[in-house]
Amino acid sequence: MNEILQGLAQAFWLIVSLDTELITISLRSLYVTLTALLVSTIIAFPLAALIVVTRFRFRRFVITILNALMGLPPVVVGLLVYILFSRSGPLGVLGLLYTTSAMIIAQAIIITPLITSVAHQSMQGLWADYRDLLISINTSKPQRIGTLMWDSRRALITACLAGFGRGIGEVGAIMIVGGNIDNATRVLTTAISLETSRGDFSLALALGFVLISLALSVSFATHWFGKTERGGLW
Amino acid sequence: MFPLEVSSVEINIKGKRILGPINLLLKQEGISVLLGANGSGKTTLLETLHGLRKLSKGKVRWSIPNKLAAKEQSFVFQTPVMLRRSVLENLMYPLRVRRFSKPNAIKEAMHWVKKIGLEKKIIQQATLLSGGEMQAVAVARALITKPKMLFLDEPTASLDGLAKKTIEDILVLAAKNDTKIIMSTHDLGQAKRLADDIIYLHKGLMESHCLKDEFLNSPPSDAAKQFIAGDIII
Amino acid sequence: MIRILFASAVLFFVQINTATANQVRLAVTSSFHNSGLSDHLIPHVETDLKLDIQLVVVGTGQAIKLGQNGDVDAILVHSKPDEEEFVKTGFAKHRRQIMFNEYVILGPSTDPANIRLANSLLDAFRRLSKVKTNFVSRGDLSGTHKKEIEIWKKINFKPEKYGKNYLSVGSNMGKAINIAVAFNAYILSDKATWLNHKNKGNLIIQFEGDQLLHNQYSFLPISKKRHSHIKSKLVEKIEDWLVSEKSKNLINSYIIENKQVFTFNAN
Repeated sequence: MNEILQGLAQAFWLIVSLDTELITISLRSLYVTLTALLVSTIIAFPLAALIVVTRFRFRRFVITILNALMGLPPVVVGLLVYILFSRSGPLGVLGLLYTTSAMIIAQAIIITPLITSVAHQSMQGLWADYRDLLISINTSKPQRIGTLMWDSRRALITACLAGFGRGIGEVGAIMIVGGNIDNATRVLTTAISLETSRGDFSLALALGFVLISLALSVSFATHWFGKTERGGLW
Repeated sequence: MFPLEVSSVEINIKGKRILGPINLLLKQEGISVLLGANGSGKTTLLETLHGLRKLSKGKVRWSIPNKLAAKEQSFVFQTPVMLRRSVLENLMYPLRVRRFSKPNAIKEAMHWVKKIGLEKKIIQQATLLSGGEMQAVAVARALITKPKMLFLDEPTASLDGLAKKTIEDILVLAAKNDTKIIMSTHDLGQAKRLADDIIYLHKGLMESHCLKDEFLNSPPSDAAKQFIAGDIII
Repeated sequence: MIRILFASAVLFFVQINTATANQVRLAVTSSFHNSGLSDHLIPHVETDLKLDIQLVVVGTGQAIKLGQNGDVDAILVHSKPDEEEFVKTGFAKHRRQIMFNEYVILGPSTDPANIRLANSLLDAFRRLSKVKTNFVSRGDLSGTHKKEIEIWKKINFKPEKYGKNYLSVGSNMGKAINIAVAFNAYILSDKATWLNHKNKGNLIIQFEGDQLLHNQYSFLPISKKRHSHIKSKLVEKIEDWLVSEKSKNLINSYIIENKQVFTFNAN
């Protein structure tokens, strides 16, 4: 109990004193997860819409696979990405191991199935409403995809938040592919892990509180953004 | 693209015939009204002509290739499908799909908003309109592309007098401006007001296709006689 | 949209990812890092040699694996048999002794196994094997774990016989100590990590000072023959620095709780 209070106090001081290291690590956390999220959305949203508007042979199968991949264990992803980018691995020449790029790739792999699934769910519902109309208006497939994505943007933002949450709190994969290198690949979660292994629980907890407030502020910012948008009534 | 030639068209669902065989020739002029009891196949016939249904047998042929003909048609569904956007954006949508520039689409949409008397609600979410307003938007959205062929499936079924009048006026005007209209209804009064010719459906079969007066004065069958008399048709 | 803006803004301010020519990657054992010695030493190496040293902190087992894969330029570990094997198979050019510290047995202050009274390390472990109170093992094939296995072997005891009181935790030194604290268990640890560890709970050093507890740290540069991208020249500079007089002074002067924890012994 005492440790929680100490952690809170320490978190408070770290934040108000604008601790340089804390800021760097937090920004790096944001950078890695937001970039991974960006990559994921570029893949996930059109993919989800495509699955909704197209009938193809293995459609059900693909959806099942996607849903299963939602539970992809980060550590396994980390290991796969490590093996891929290790100097002895197939993509070793790129020299991406122990860089933020490798961390972004690992997180994107973890996040993409999740937001594809969530996006698919919501666009599926919308498509049930829109299908006849869009076919009647003689829309092309890309136009249908665009319309679905635009009109379900709120649900998509929620999907992004879910993806962000999964990414920012993730430690297993980025520990392996990032290496938790000071001043290079250390992010909030790996720093927490490090401080825990040093037995400095209050500092670890302080970093944890910073992580939580970061996640909360992103969530609130998104909410605020959605609210100010015109016609935010549905 | 006229005449529209329908020859021996049948629609079967799971081995059960729900429509046809239908033979029909439609010319460009005027308003054709589709009459018949519930379940007589009115909706199915409209959807079939519009190309939303897969034919089990027969052919639907326009004088131009079906692909081109599809671009000249609009469809108003019995329950209006509103895009989750503002009224103005709903009206702009078919134009934007047809690659109209944004200013042109807005100009055209504003014109139609005035026609249906919703100037005060242009930025309102269309899904929050009343039933009558939604149907008016749906009709305007269907006509905004100046289609040569407009299908309407019981467009005023659940509307009160005033809303019904607004829509009927628009339809009469559209018919004058070279838009061929086929609409289904089971409101005999509406058929009397609007129809040039009447197609009477009974249990999936077309019992007659003739001019309005001919239909009303000498009903082609017992079922039609009962329908005109307002009896319950079994 | 907000995402894109945010991401690009952060990308603009935080310039990472730029692999530079003077960047060297070392895999180091967690005790080197958890003890705090790395923070004491590495900044000096970086300023003196104008290098950017990136430490990947892992157990000895994983460090050796990373070295084999060519993912790091050199490793600093503490498991002599593994190191010799590593040199023999040609992954490292040679093995250079740098310093040593010692292992200690931590245990609950009540000392239920009475190892305080043991006259040797083997005696202490025999006492543990008889009483079979909670014992935490690293279980991660790190240097410390290998040392523990070596001792059990010497007294001809299979830790499986402990039953569920033998906790193989598969974690680094610090986390393993945390678990030992929680279970009030005995654990083999290097002294430096223990002294630097904040969460000490009810544990104290119950046995130390046997020759078998000597813990030698060595530096092994990865062979350029195996991995052509290895920055051999920079690694050589680091090695020279580590065996220098300055290194000696810094290592020997690293004090925790008034105790010298590492002893320089490069030759």
